[in-house]
Amino acid sequence: MEKIRRRLILIGILVAASILSLLPRNVTQRVVDPTTGRMKDTTMRRLPINLGLDLQGGIHLALEVDESKGPIPDCADAIQRAERVVRTRIDEFGTTEPVVQIQGRCRLIVELAGEKDPARAKSVIQRTAFLEFRITDMKNLFRDALPQIDAALRKAGVKSRTAAPSAVAQLFGGDTSKAARDSAAEANAPGVLSSLLFQGQVPGEFLVPEEQWPVVDSLLQRPEVRSLIPRGLDLRWGAQSESRGARSYRPLYAVESRPIITGEELVKAVARRDQQTNQSIVAFQLSRRGARIFSQETARHIGDYMAIILDSRVQGQPPVIRSQIGANGQIELGTKPLQEASDLALVLRAGALPAPLTIVEERTIGPSLGADSIRDGVRAGVVGVVLVLVIMIGYYRMSGALAVAALTLYVLFTLAGLAAFGFTLTLPGLAGFVLSIGIAVDANVLIFERIREELVHGKSLRLAVDEGFKHAMNAIIDSNVSTALTAFILYLVGTGPVQGFAITLIIGIAASMISAISVVKTLFLIWLYRRPTMTTLSI
Amino acid sequence: MIRLFANANYDFIKWRKFAFMLTGLIMLVGAGFLATRGLNYSIEFTGGTLMQVEAHKQVPTGEIRQALDAVGLNGAEIQTFGSDTSFVIRARLAHSAGQTEATSSQAVATAVGRALDQSVGAGQYTVVRTEAVGPKVGRELQGKAFLAILLSFLVTLIYLAIRFEWRFGLAAVIATAHDVVATIAFISVMHLEVSLIVVGAILTVVGYSLNDTIIIFDRVRENLHKYRRQNLYEILNLSINETLPRSVLTHGTTIATTLSMLILAGEVIRPFAWVMTFGIFTGTFSSIYIAAPILIWIEKRWPGEDARGARVFGSRAPTPVAAPTPPRPPAPPPPPRAPQPAR
Repeated sequence: MEKIRRRLILIGILVAASILSLLPRNVTQRVVDPTTGRMKDTTMRRLPINLGLDLQGGIHLALEVDESKGPIPDCADAIQRAERVVRTRIDEFGTTEPVVQIQGRCRLIVELAGEKDPARAKSVIQRTAFLEFRITDMKNLFRDALPQIDAALRKAGVKSRTAAPSAVAQLFGGDTSKAARDSAAEANAPGVLSSLLFQGQVPGEFLVPEEQWPVVDSLLQRPEVRSLIPRGLDLRWGAQSESRGARSYRPLYAVESRPIITGEELVKAVARRDQQTNQSIVAFQLSRRGARIFSQETARHIGDYMAIILDSRVQGQPPVIRSQIGANGQIELGTKPLQEASDLALVLRAGALPAPLTIVEERTIGPSLGADSIRDGVRAGVVGVVLVLVIMIGYYRMSGALAVAALTLYVLFTLAGLAAFGFTLTLPGLAGFVLSIGIAVDANVLIFERIREELVHGKSLRLAVDEGFKHAMNAIIDSNVSTALTAFILYLVGTGPVQGFAITLIIGIAASMISAISVVKTLFLIWLYRRPTMTTLSI
Repeated sequence: MIRLFANANYDFIKWRKFAFMLTGLIMLVGAGFLATRGLNYSIEFTGGTLMQVEAHKQVPTGEIRQALDAVGLNGAEIQTFGSDTSFVIRARLAHSAGQTEATSSQAVATAVGRALDQSVGAGQYTVVRTEAVGPKVGRELQGKAFLAILLSFLVTLIYLAIRFEWRFGLAAVIATAHDVVATIAFISVMHLEVSLIVVGAILTVVGYSLNDTIIIFDRVRENLHKYRRQNLYEILNLSINETLPRSVLTHGTTIATTLSMLILAGEVIRPFAWVMTFGIFTGTFSSIYIAAPILIWIEKRWPGEDARGARVFGSRAPTPVAAPTPPRPPAPPPPPRAPQPAR
């Protein structure tokens, strides 16, 4: 009895852990805001199982450096630059959780789940990167224009309390009497825009709370605001958000419209650590023409801040210009880690040496096809399980029923394993899962057949069960290991969907070992304990 | 209690010559198809473009075929996919000659689009799936698939070498190799598309068949210790018979799942399901009719400890052909299922 209790506790813990890992949870996702067409963060509850592109629809692209117009000397560096560039454009994809990663040395993988417009996505990825240095708004012209902008927004009927100007608000915005009333009521209210902007450390830098970022962006897109932005100034968002204390802010920069230099003039950029000052620095080198322009510009702008802008996104905090800079310059990052300097150097190189990308592999799955695949796969799985169930119960009766009970735990364990380790379920994975249900009962079949044999040999019930489990063990382990080994190789060698197949097969095998052996054994022990007088086994 | 094949006592190995002939015939037919038609590699391996199209109305494939020819895609294949309004168009790189490698997949996609606009009508169809694979990736995947099959053989070989003595291991590997060859023959006869997932299915068949062989061999090993006076031929037959109920049950449940996938899981999975279904048959067949006779043959050549010297054939066997040792007087065969105490 003690033994049974221990086993039950262990199984209980496993089941609880599995259920826990399968509970729907809040996931933060970037999705397209239907009203503004821009990306925003939302949280949604969903099952924590990742679906592969072939099941949820989307695009998988493999890109390499295009060498058709001449060889590229260092493809690994080129692909790193390309990755950096594609990352800065992540928000332009109309999709949740894009995957951008380097595979091997010289290949870039981009996966866009749910993307509906392959042509647009490809053009976003393949567009040439553009790097420019611009002086920030040193005279605080934008800050000074903020009251006017606020007034204009109030006049247009944008309320400061409501986060975003909803379609309804815009509709009623045409109602002048209402707008007049609103503006009267809000005349003393804090500015619609200015209340969302916090002055940053650098002139021309503003910090926007991360969650207000889409709101501010949509405000800035409005024609009445655009017309009030001072001449010769542009607004550019920072590439990354910054955390101040517990909150996270997205920087917004007012920068001069005219770049002092563009990436074309950049020849080289490397990150290193200064031996004397122990600072992280990025050293860069300009072309001869670039050096001439840059030395003139920097001479005029000593003490000013210079924003480094890649593809319209300001990269890192703008550094201050200390002195006139010629062909060789360096950007000091102070005590920041070398990693950050390497990243900035990569940004500079990405803008300097655009790496033309060619698509070497493309897979696009329409969302409807993915949904069909899920439906068909689940249907096949259900029918398969029912058939297995009928065979097992029909043939082994009560013992078969115990095996089926274990099979439900097997399904639970496998799904939990997929969720807990963050593996992705693909269509072949689904097939592997269905297949493994058929194979999973093999262990039980081996055990039951063995018990039957022992019973035929005249062993007592209790002994037959014990011997059956014991003797079948060898065969079970051997056979499962051989299947797991081939699946493991498939995982090592295969790509995407096939790896998904291998993973579900491996997890399935592990889960079936637990369910078919320990769970069924426990159920048998309970059964025998409850019916000590039983003389024939329903097997 | 239902007992299928309980106390079965079939002389499986007697039929080995017939079995060899049968499998030889399958392979011969397969080789014939392979030589004349070749394998139907998916574009993953050949490189090229695949587009799956759902037409909103029924369109004869002939019309699309003509339109594809008209835009210069003479080598493109078209076939219906599951339903009358669903088509798959494949343009393999090898067939679309005269185009440079880098531009071809994009060019093919636009050309197919043009052809569909003409034949089905613009806006009358949706492209639900596109796969475009460049020649380099195709070659890489070919290499990977080959490597996977090779590696899986190597690893199972090592595993068998650890678990069994080499004679058993060799017999199991030959049986498994047979399965791979037979499965490829099946694929070529059925003209199934060889994609990565089909390669995955072949590897799964390898694992599954090996599993089956191992279970019989486990029993052989056990019986060799149990019944000291019987020869290998009898022990093998006995072991196959003893494991027969298990084989029937497990293959039954596995086939139940592969058949349900074959029928219900949709077109994409179908080639995989075909290969798995066939693989279960060939795996079972090879465990009984290939692995066991080969083991007898090996033991006859290089007698091992377990094989009672070279006494692999007993009274029930046909006269051994060119046995290396002079035939011994037949040992008095005890009843094969004699309920002897387990040691």
